[in-house]
Amino acid sequence: MTDILTPVLTKNWGDKKSWTLPAYERTGGYNALRKALTMTPDGVTTAVKDSGLRGRGGAGFPTGMKWSFVPKDNPNPKYLVVNGDESEPGTCKDIPLMLASPHTLVEGVIISSYAIGVHTAFIYIRGEVLHVVRRVQQAVAEAREAGYLGTDILGSGFDLEIIVHAGAGAYICGEETALLDSLEGRRGQPRLRPPFPAVAGLYASPTVINNVESIASVPSIIDRGTEWFGSMGTEKSKGFTIYSLSGHVANPGQFEAPLGITLRQLLELAGGVREGHQLKFFTPGGSSTPILTEEHLDLPLDYEGMAGAGSMLGTKALQIFDETTSVVRTTLRWVEFYKHESCGKCTPCREGTWWLVQMLRDFEAGTAKQGDIEKMLDLCDNIGGRSFCALADGAVACVTSAVKYFRSEFEAGYRTPAWELLPYELSARFSVPATTGAYV
Amino acid sequence: MSGHEFESHFPESGSVDMSDPTTDIDETTYAELRELAGRYPQPRSALLPMLHLVQSVDGRISPKGIEACAEVLGISTAQVSGVATFYTMYKRRPAGRHHVGVCTTALCAVMGGDVLLETASKHLGIGVDETTPDGRISLERIECNAACDFAPVMMVNWEFMDDMTPEKAVALLDDLRDGTEVRSTRGARLTSWREAERVLAGFPDGRADEGPSAGAPSLLGLRVAEDKGWAAPGDDKPHGNGVVGRVARTIVHAVQEVTGTTEDQEPNVATPASAPTKSAPTKSAPTKSPAAEKAPRQRRRSTRPEEGTAK
Repeated sequence: MTDILTPVLTKNWGDKKSWTLPAYERTGGYNALRKALTMTPDGVTTAVKDSGLRGRGGAGFPTGMKWSFVPKDNPNPKYLVVNGDESEPGTCKDIPLMLASPHTLVEGVIISSYAIGVHTAFIYIRGEVLHVVRRVQQAVAEAREAGYLGTDILGSGFDLEIIVHAGAGAYICGEETALLDSLEGRRGQPRLRPPFPAVAGLYASPTVINNVESIASVPSIIDRGTEWFGSMGTEKSKGFTIYSLSGHVANPGQFEAPLGITLRQLLELAGGVREGHQLKFFTPGGSSTPILTEEHLDLPLDYEGMAGAGSMLGTKALQIFDETTSVVRTTLRWVEFYKHESCGKCTPCREGTWWLVQMLRDFEAGTAKQGDIEKMLDLCDNIGGRSFCALADGAVACVTSAVKYFRSEFEAGYRTPAWELLPYELSARFSVPATTGAYV
Repeated sequence: MSGHEFESHFPESGSVDMSDPTTDIDETTYAELRELAGRYPQPRSALLPMLHLVQSVDGRISPKGIEACAEVLGISTAQVSGVATFYTMYKRRPAGRHHVGVCTTALCAVMGGDVLLETASKHLGIGVDETTPDGRISLERIECNAACDFAPVMMVNWEFMDDMTPEKAVALLDDLRDGTEVRSTRGARLTSWREAERVLAGFPDGRADEGPSAGAPSLLGLRVAEDKGWAAPGDDKPHGNGVVGRVARTIVHAVQEVTGTTEDQEPNVATPASAPTKSAPTKSAPTKSPAAEKAPRQRRRSTRPEEGTAK
């Protein structure tokens, strides 16, 4: 039985100058790389596959299996692209990881590149996090200086360069094929699959795209073994991961635990819902994962547990909302986000999210009409699953789940403005004047 | 400076402002654009960084900047414009010396982000996507910036300003206007927006070592584990007051010193189980202030101009 919290990735975040190479090496940093270079590339891939590591960026696809899809006989160069475009509402784990310990990621990139046979890797970081970009730029420069990057790394004959690339503000670039288009210097719009990136990705060459946390988990797996990794977590959701608690919780923050911890346990560690209030609803893994309620507090927060409840583990971004929160307002603001971030390529998403916002504004203002709930759900049916990528699915998931659990609040939108039903000022973290209408 | 007259509107949609040809792009800029293009296996991959560089030189995406990128990459200006107008970080009208973002995606909005935006807008006397007439500050409504455990969040030149309140926001804006040095709560001393854009383009400014490793919420789980004696399998069990814990506390305190946060962050450095919790907001609604009445609450369509063009 493992401990309730198991800091691995977060373990050095409080160390002095934790982002620098000397600090990272003091904690055993780059030992995993040395070990990996004594293994065969296939051996590294097998270890990651056997560990059961699944993608930490939302989809939960087995990381090692993704690597093994790269065809060995393709004559083109192979590429590894790290997805650091962390933008899913509620998600805030990769940013602190890259800020506090960028070398964990860099070491992971080198080991993963060695396994896949990559000689040019990219770390694509969203542009709106200047200091994170600085830290990762510096970590890559330090690693190159120390001989962990460049030619003949540590005398192994393996060559690798890492390019740190800042995005320019587009949630959609977190979608892996849109990210590739963006990295090719184009508008970030998703591609139709097949072909999958493993076969034809960046520059139509075999490409692996992994989330920051997934890649950052690789060094510890190589260093300490698959059995150690598998001793944490559940049967199908192995290992440790970072859970992010935010919102109406006494002490929001990052918690690294074996997969399968429950929200009840996490809330207890975070001091509970803010004083004098109760949980109303939460997202298990960002706004694209259907919301859940108090009845789901004891479900394991792993891939299967969340799927079983009709939701998804997603990015493990647990946004906590208490009883003061208007579900209608929150849903509107999420859908406004998806409307703003829709890349415009697929009509159902581009037009549909615009219409959803119009309807939800009516619900918020108390001017929706009888039958609008059904109309809105019908609209959702015509958006979800009808676009190239999952943005559209995320946009409707928050709507349909909100109606499922809080239909009466939407019905109230036939008569009563949301800010009268649940005065907005009560939800704020600080004392604010009473609300008299929707905000801008 | 390009000598540009600061105009105060840069809509999300529409093209780059071709009516303003001013530019500071010179041979040095061209050389740096070529250098960026040379860093990638295929030059066009450098287009996003190149556009960041254009902004750092011209304070916006300028017609000359578009031409320069097209020339260096051997693609058409239409192809460059198509990219420049897709991404929200590229500004089509001059942004201010400092570019301020207020997160109003669901969670930050609920936690007080809406009030922060309203406060900032009123204090500066400008609306969303506008720049103050003196060119010092521009204001943007931003989407989730991956700092939800620090909500509500503001950004200045894409540096974090965590755990904001209306009072802190006003003080921050005054400091930015006066030219007082400001530190990000989890980053460096603030530069200008243009200098930030240069770093994003791929030219480091040597400030990576400024600021803390992490903010207090980022370390919360680690601290709880230390206090409880929990560890990953095979790791030494920490004692309540381990070395790591002491260092973490030092950093947390350093962060608080810098940000001026105290009471409402204390629970993060105490044992959470026994820690006092943040006080709930007052249940009795304060009387409506004249300011609240004049709040720009019904300006959705005017502040989000893309809607008009989309339909």
